[in-house]
Amino acid sequence: MSSLSRDDVAKLAGLARIEMTEAELVELSSQFGLILDAVARVQEMDLSGVKATSHPQPLENVARPDVVLPSLSPEDALSGAPAQEESRFRVPQILGEAE
Amino acid sequence: MALPTYDEVIAKWDPVLGLEVHVELNTQSKMFCSCATEFGGAPNTQTCPVCLALPGALPVVNEKAIESTILIGLALNCKIAPYSRFARKNYFYPDMPKNFQISQYDEPICFDGYVDVEIETEEGPKQFRIEIERVHMEEDTGKSLHVGGATGRIHGADYSLLDYNRAGIPLVEIVTKIVPGTGKYAPEVAKAYVAELRDILRGLKVSDVKMEQGSLRCDANVSLKPIGSDVLGTRSETKNVNSLRSVERAIRGEMIRHAELLNDGKKVKQETRHFQEDTGLTRSGRSKEQAEDYRYFPDPDLVPVTPLASWIEELRATLPERPSLRRKRIKEEWNVPDKEMAAMINADVLDIVEATVLLGADPTKARTWWLGEISRIANEKELPIADLAITPAHVAELVELVAKGDLTDKLARQVVEGVVAGEGTPSEVVAKRGIKVVNDDGALMAAIEKVCAEQAETAEKVRGGHLPAAGALIGAVMKETKGQADAARVRELLLGHLGQPI
Repeated sequence: MSSLSRDDVAKLAGLARIEMTEAELVELSSQFGLILDAVARVQEMDLSGVKATSHPQPLENVARPDVVLPSLSPEDALSGAPAQEESRFRVPQILGEAE
Repeated sequence: MALPTYDEVIAKWDPVLGLEVHVELNTQSKMFCSCATEFGGAPNTQTCPVCLALPGALPVVNEKAIESTILIGLALNCKIAPYSRFARKNYFYPDMPKNFQISQYDEPICFDGYVDVEIETEEGPKQFRIEIERVHMEEDTGKSLHVGGATGRIHGADYSLLDYNRAGIPLVEIVTKIVPGTGKYAPEVAKAYVAELRDILRGLKVSDVKMEQGSLRCDANVSLKPIGSDVLGTRSETKNVNSLRSVERAIRGEMIRHAELLNDGKKVKQETRHFQEDTGLTRSGRSKEQAEDYRYFPDPDLVPVTPLASWIEELRATLPERPSLRRKRIKEEWNVPDKEMAAMINADVLDIVEATVLLGADPTKARTWWLGEISRIANEKELPIADLAITPAHVAELVELVAKGDLTDKLARQVVEGVVAGEGTPSEVVAKRGIKVVNDDGALMAAIEKVCAEQAETAEKVRGGHLPAAGALIGAVMKETKGQADAARVRELLLGHLGQPI
């Protein structure tokens, strides 16, 4: 059976910016193992002639002409922003002081 | 310990380069949505649900951006992938509202190319081949403004403000393979490579390639290894290199910084550094605590790009002349001396001079105007020459007016001044300012008689056959007519007046 360690889950949670409790980390590590096992069953099939797929429809070359259409007004664009200033999105401090 | 000199560095260490160049394409609309790409708009006036990553928005790729990228790949001698996909590069940073950037990962649209560059060395011109690893499509990020803190830098800022006008502008990344074997010429080779790329891109008309506006940006990877060693050293990646001169300075500076660390037995840290335009030094950027984990995967909102071979060949057939070949051709066709050719390239006036010549101007005259008087005015005004109000058509007209004898060189300079000041075309300036060559032989004769009377002694010498003395008289006549006379005609009339053969 596959398994993910508690630390693997903590790292994934960190990359995805999801805060998790210790209990959740432990619980998810075993659940991830089950999910991976379920997916791994695909590998038991002979897929040698099957191309990897990233889209459910067999589409290629969907493009649009290079034409400008009206944008949102800055008011509309910023209407969902938790904070704004000078017509810009205001975000909390990105980095602390330089080391 | 004192910093080693550049000569000390290259006596012991062998630099290895890697260059990543980002080019903003000059499409009208963004990569995956129909917002305008124009530079300098008011904040957040060029955004929509797609480039703001509002829920449910779906990206659709810009066909012109694909075409431009394939053209770039072809011009860089790349292979074009018959099948390539977009991938999501996942990271959290406020300049990307989606929390991922749409890019390409293991299936770039162009790969395996090369660019040849030539630099001048003490031993004559030397050629280097820069191999291209890949050319891929992605999207630009938004622009952040850091508020609070002393320096406007991200460190120490209280908060940041984001403008997403730039988010989603088509970006093409051109990555070289590692470039070994440039030795002491590493900084010049890097500069020549970026300059050649810029010229190629300009020739393709796919980008504005304005380094100062960020439409062409270079990240320089540098490492040092002991001369003769096969083992690569640890590299640093310098970002923020926004002029050709900075490419050279940044690499030279990093070579010296690495050598100092290595000479002291210390290690070079693998990190991102930022180039400081004012000091020419680099500053440590965000240190990467862990190996980057972007968790690339194919973007499920976009479908594969599979350009037809016939279309690729059609595009190949439209490729313009390679800049290096064009320079060679121009040099021969116009018979330009080496030094003048270098001056034209340095001053970035080749395009503008060629345009002037194509409008019928004599190449030498066209070159002299652009490189001389007009460059001088541009320097004085601290403006790029292309931003002056004078155009190739104006200069071609000016050259013609001088050739017809309607203007002297001196008067033509006044006309240039008028055209630059926005007074209109050369003919309009001539009319408005009442500038004209004194062609009236009567007026000239009067001036000649006056000068000969005033300088009777000199006139007598000329009359006696001492022709060199005529120069002073001609000068005085020109002064008398305020430079509006044609010097050649003055000479004819003067010598005739003093009974000398013309």
